[in-house]
Amino acid sequence: MSRVKSSLRIGDQPWVKWSLIGSALTLTLLLLVIPLILIFSQAFADGADSLWANLTDTYTLEAIALTLFVAAMTVPINLVFGVFLAWLVTRFEFPGRKVLITLIDIPFAVSPVVAGLLYLLLYGSNGWLGGWLLDQDIQLMFAWPGIVMVTVFVTCPFVARELIPLMQQQGREEEEAGVVLGASGWQLFRKVTLPNIQWALLYGVVLTNARAVGEFGAVSVVSGNIRGETNTLPLHVELLYQDYNVAGAFTSASLLAGIALLTLLVKSFVEWRQERQRAPVSDQTDSL
Amino acid sequence: MSIRLEGINKYFGQFQALKDISLDIPDGQLTGLLGPSGSGKTTLLRIIAGLESAEQGRILFHGEDVTDLHVRDRRVGFVFQHYALFRHMTVAQNIAFGLEVMPKAQRPGAAEIRKQVGELLDMVQLAHLASRYPAQLSGGQKQRIALARALAMKPEILLLDEPFGALDAKVRKDLRRWLRALHDELHFTSVFVTHDQEEALELSDSVVVMSAGKVEQVGGPQALYAQPESRFVFDFLGHVNVLDGQLAQQRMTQGDAWVQLPGMLECSGEAQLYLRPHEVRLQDCPAPHANLPLRIESISLIGAEVRLELAPCGWVAQEPWEVGISHVEFNRWQPQRGDRCYAVPDVGHLFDVQQARPRTLSWVND
Repeated sequence: MSRVKSSLRIGDQPWVKWSLIGSALTLTLLLLVIPLILIFSQAFADGADSLWANLTDTYTLEAIALTLFVAAMTVPINLVFGVFLAWLVTRFEFPGRKVLITLIDIPFAVSPVVAGLLYLLLYGSNGWLGGWLLDQDIQLMFAWPGIVMVTVFVTCPFVARELIPLMQQQGREEEEAGVVLGASGWQLFRKVTLPNIQWALLYGVVLTNARAVGEFGAVSVVSGNIRGETNTLPLHVELLYQDYNVAGAFTSASLLAGIALLTLLVKSFVEWRQERQRAPVSDQTDSL
Repeated sequence: MSIRLEGINKYFGQFQALKDISLDIPDGQLTGLLGPSGSGKTTLLRIIAGLESAEQGRILFHGEDVTDLHVRDRRVGFVFQHYALFRHMTVAQNIAFGLEVMPKAQRPGAAEIRKQVGELLDMVQLAHLASRYPAQLSGGQKQRIALARALAMKPEILLLDEPFGALDAKVRKDLRRWLRALHDELHFTSVFVTHDQEEALELSDSVVVMSAGKVEQVGGPQALYAQPESRFVFDFLGHVNVLDGQLAQQRMTQGDAWVQLPGMLECSGEAQLYLRPHEVRLQDCPAPHANLPLRIESISLIGAEVRLELAPCGWVAQEPWEVGISHVEFNRWQPQRGDRCYAVPDVGHLFDVQQARPRTLSWVND
């Protein structure tokens, strides 16, 4: 946490500093703050009663429930997967390790719509696996399992991406010290590894959750948009908007924005904790 | 507990890190593994601990084969170069860790653990830091806590990987002395890795000199210093002045420099004469048996004696020569940088093409 120095370096012009700050603030205002305010003001446009009516609409409630359900499924899956993957690539050397680290980023690189289409191609009723699954009376696409699957795909890098650099930086020495002292694998993870990565892990979970709640592209391809059944909150916003129910659309949108703001709050707190954990406490008064 | 290594081979991919290492480490001794970086000493230590496995070979503790025993069951104490303290635990929790993770049946009660941790903290003289976190400690304190943590398990074997490598010179010396005292008191078998010759010779009962994955020589500090068996050991244990020349009829020559060798030697051809800094005298004219003209390049006054760095005049040496003279002699002679002087060997070690081991020559009693 560096403090901005009040004095300028010799030769630096004050107007450069102020015009940079000014343009950055203007852009932030135009691109981020005003739209956010608009979302909430539109939601409240018809008054609080209408907002409440829109919120308690059956379809909206069901969209909220499905969205929370998908997030509740996705987050634990990616939590375990992310920890497992990060552990694997930072603690072991094996052929293809570098490739695996690159592969983790595929969901970031690929457009979510493409991901949705891929899953449709693979698991849809005309797809390669979908036909066989249909014979077993298992429907994945256009149902909640499909939505969970694509959400898991889209959000799977977050936890691993947070953990890998941290675990690489921390190295395996503490774990080696633990195992020499007789700790079992599970004791090592619980007493040594987990406490060291907990804040990064929480950070990854917060990001995963935010994305799982907000994912639109991939979900819209595999959901089929069945109101009250496969409609998540972001899809619901679009449906309402297309129905010319602007106030309703913005009500749901404000809900999503609210979740986003909450996420930011938690994220800042976690970042602050991480910072504190990493900063060595400057209290070395005792010499040897 | 004695340690015995038999035919250890270790590969990292194509690279052979250890080449057929066999070694006996006697019970209760402090043994130093000494070598330059990349010589395989740390790998060997990690193999003894079980943190690394060897492709071939056996490891025996007290005659018992532990080659396939898991690291957690070998019950050795291990001290890491960068301490590897658990950063989220206090000093007391760090030391208690080994006791806390014991299976329920063997684990001492909470009060007993607290008592043992207290004793260990007293032993490392850091009881006042029990509730601190590692980030709040200095390097020397961290290393002592790491040692206390390793000793909590009452290991019979203590392995230390460059234990003083990351500390500054003053703390290093203190800790070294302290470790030696601790070892003499508790009498476990200790093996420590170092690249510092002075540290190895000062601290160890026995030194294992390693280079490029092989053991070069094993011996007590005096024996190693007095009778190095190879050029490598000679080069590695302190500075050595080398005259590289042609040997013919008892005389070694290179450029303007020559040395008349004592005794009867039948060898001829290329040879090297190794001279330790204390085996050479300096004077302002050549001696009857040697003409080694040198120019004073630098003078270092700090220490028990004055160390002069010298460049050859009219001949060549790969590294500058170093000779130590007493402060008394320095004050009498008062040499300046740039002055010319002549080296006179008292004792020397001759390596020739025919023999791997050096021959020790002496001019003093001739």
